[in-house]
Amino acid sequence: MASMPIAVDRAEKFEKVVSILDRFSRRPSGLIPILQAIQHEYQYLPEEVLTYVATSLDVPPARVYGVATFYAHFALEPKGKHVIRICDGTACHVKQSLPVLHALREKLGTTEKSQTTADMLFTIETVACLGACGLAPVVVIDEQVYGQITPERAVALVDEIKATEAGLATASATEQPSAEVVNE
Amino acid sequence: MNNMEALTSTPANGHGISTLAQVRRVIICAGTGCMANGAMKVFEQFKSEIASAGLRVILELRAEATSDEIRLSKSGCQGFCQMGPLVSVVPDGILYTKVRKEDVAEIVQQTLAGGHVVERLLYKDPATRKSCQGIEDNPFYARQSRFVLHECGFLDPEDIREFMLHGGYQAARKAFVEMAPEEICKTILDSGLRGRGGGGFPTGRKWEAARIQNSAKKYVICNGDEGDPGAFMNRSVMEGNPHSVIEGLMIAARAIGANETLVYVRAEYPLAVERMRGAVAAAEREGILGKNVFGTGLSMKCEVMEGAGAFVCGEETAMIASIEGQRGMPRPKPPFPAQSGLWGKPTIINNVETLAHVCRILNEGPEVFKQIGTKESPGTKTFALTGHVSNTGLVEVPFGTTLREIVYNIGGGVTDDAGKIWKTGFKAVQIGGPSGGCLTEEHLDLPLAYESLRAVGAMVGSGGLVAMNQGTCMVSIARFFMEFTQRESCGKCVLCREGTRQLLALLDDVIEGRADQNTLDLLDKLGRAVQIGSLCGLGKTAPNPVLSTMRYFRKEYEEHVFEKRCRTGRCKALLSPEINQVKCKGCGLCIKACPTGAITGEKKQPHHINPELCIKCGACATACKIHAVEGI
Repeated sequence: MASMPIAVDRAEKFEKVVSILDRFSRRPSGLIPILQAIQHEYQYLPEEVLTYVATSLDVPPARVYGVATFYAHFALEPKGKHVIRICDGTACHVKQSLPVLHALREKLGTTEKSQTTADMLFTIETVACLGACGLAPVVVIDEQVYGQITPERAVALVDEIKATEAGLATASATEQPSAEVVNE
Repeated sequence: MNNMEALTSTPANGHGISTLAQVRRVIICAGTGCMANGAMKVFEQFKSEIASAGLRVILELRAEATSDEIRLSKSGCQGFCQMGPLVSVVPDGILYTKVRKEDVAEIVQQTLAGGHVVERLLYKDPATRKSCQGIEDNPFYARQSRFVLHECGFLDPEDIREFMLHGGYQAARKAFVEMAPEEICKTILDSGLRGRGGGGFPTGRKWEAARIQNSAKKYVICNGDEGDPGAFMNRSVMEGNPHSVIEGLMIAARAIGANETLVYVRAEYPLAVERMRGAVAAAEREGILGKNVFGTGLSMKCEVMEGAGAFVCGEETAMIASIEGQRGMPRPKPPFPAQSGLWGKPTIINNVETLAHVCRILNEGPEVFKQIGTKESPGTKTFALTGHVSNTGLVEVPFGTTLREIVYNIGGGVTDDAGKIWKTGFKAVQIGGPSGGCLTEEHLDLPLAYESLRAVGAMVGSGGLVAMNQGTCMVSIARFFMEFTQRESCGKCVLCREGTRQLLALLDDVIEGRADQNTLDLLDKLGRAVQIGSLCGLGKTAPNPVLSTMRYFRKEYEEHVFEKRCRTGRCKALLSPEINQVKCKGCGLCIKACPTGAITGEKKQPHHINPELCIKCGACATACKIHAVEGI
């Protein structure tokens, strides 16, 4: 009987995953689209979700984990609120994409190994090619493409986002005390 | 203006074509490049400006269009991404480049209402300084033979009726209603069409091999996993003319006796995924895909699957594994996919560009197709011309075109890092991406075709053409590609997995000044071993960039190894910045600029750099007004 609440809890927790699994009729062949849909929902693939998917599809967790780690698009760790993708395809590379990458990493203090900032605001990634070679070098920030970018402009864009975020933070900070006042 | 003629001459189907032909049309390029530069803002601005100017704007192809209306539509990528957003006005034949939201009012007033050309928005040929009004006098377009790409810049990719009005799905109808499967295979074989994805395998042979298989279930897959960093022609076709891909797939399916098709699109191309999905839905609505194709009683399904980011999935058997929900790892051939592919059934996999050629071959006949190109490599090929050239973009030319024509006449010549023309700046062209090789000055007049390129150690590959100027270090370029293939190696074959890693380490030795003669010998030996010992195309071609640059730029490798010097100054570790003791006036600017305090010296006395502290960042060289810092 004790297992009942846990089962209910799990079902609630994985409600979204369940609906995704149902959408793909729980076929193991649909593993990649399933993981894509889950990542779309959660922004990354939490480990417990991977095991849950494995059990539901009746395949070993190793297989799910194997697929999730094989493809570059799947992230096993949460990403920052703003994802900055620097294209390092051939065209962007010969047009000096690396200085842009280095400038952004220096600005945000990330490295190749730890790509996300401690405040979970930014993630810096490199991608092989975005197919916008005519605009090289290219940076994509939250799906918005910026072409012919320079290190200075890239840093300025980050500053803009930071300013907006700081504005949001102060706005919510001023809201909170007022809420407390109401509580009192 | 071929399309306008096509519009009036195509069977009417009750769409009121003759009146449509007179409607003036404004086409805004909505490819990834132009969208990034604000094409949608321009589109919206046009909508409101045209309306407020009292002109009538229509957004959809309509039967009752009258001549005082202006049709505003989006198109797929027109290939001239660097100059985007592009706006064309037909039938006037005007092409405006780099159009901003603010320019729209002027275009509406001057061109649409007044019939005048806005001179300042025309493209200026950097070589002749002449303005080009349209695509006919623009060297970038005029010297191309655009067949696959032509429709991409003209048709509205989100409007299936427009595609059909231009003769779309006529070839598929012919294949289903008038032709037998073996006849289709024979037509394609006769045309000499070869796979545009890289290998150059005759498409007709591939189809025939699948056709003769005795199986109730067969599959056709369209390979849109354009992984080569620096190539984007497949993206352009999928975004600009998605129906041509579906039509090609249907013909291929009919030829081999399949009723299920699948388009595997690279996940980095969200717009292509969206347009392909939209096109499939539209084709289903029109009854082109579905249970009873063209009244033949045959069914046809098409699915769009998004890749998950693995370069190796461009390889046929790896792609099949990926579709089956596995890690995308290749398996040995034979059996070939045509014998046993997806779910163990006969499967053919064709590249996007290959399929886009199929409709034309069926419509016009194999003889017409063979008239263009070379004997061994007929037809046209799209190259993605990027890097240090004046005009970057998609270039479709007949096989046999020389590199000189592409780089100098279409590309407008080699440029420096700032984008200015550099007359003597040509160094090399990297063709075929990470599997390809380098072409140098001596190859400028080589006709580009499958065989000729293989003979000089390069390959057509997917058609990436990256022009590089004299300021590019070839060892670094080889390292760039090696890093890419090393990262993308799936890990199945030991020689590919470990070999690419070791090759990368050896290249690092060269770049960082630890190499000797032994390093060069090892690079060569190991490179050839990886080629032999790998299962799939990725491993077999991974050492190509290294071997090819070692072959044509041996001197540059030797300078790195024996003189510990990089002539372009790109390899930081080999730099030894020094202050010219005669030139230095002792102003102290470099001392202030140095982040590590490596520069010392009295005022008005020549300064010195302490090599122990120097990180070779180049800040001193930038700061020095009299260029006294040398060697960086």
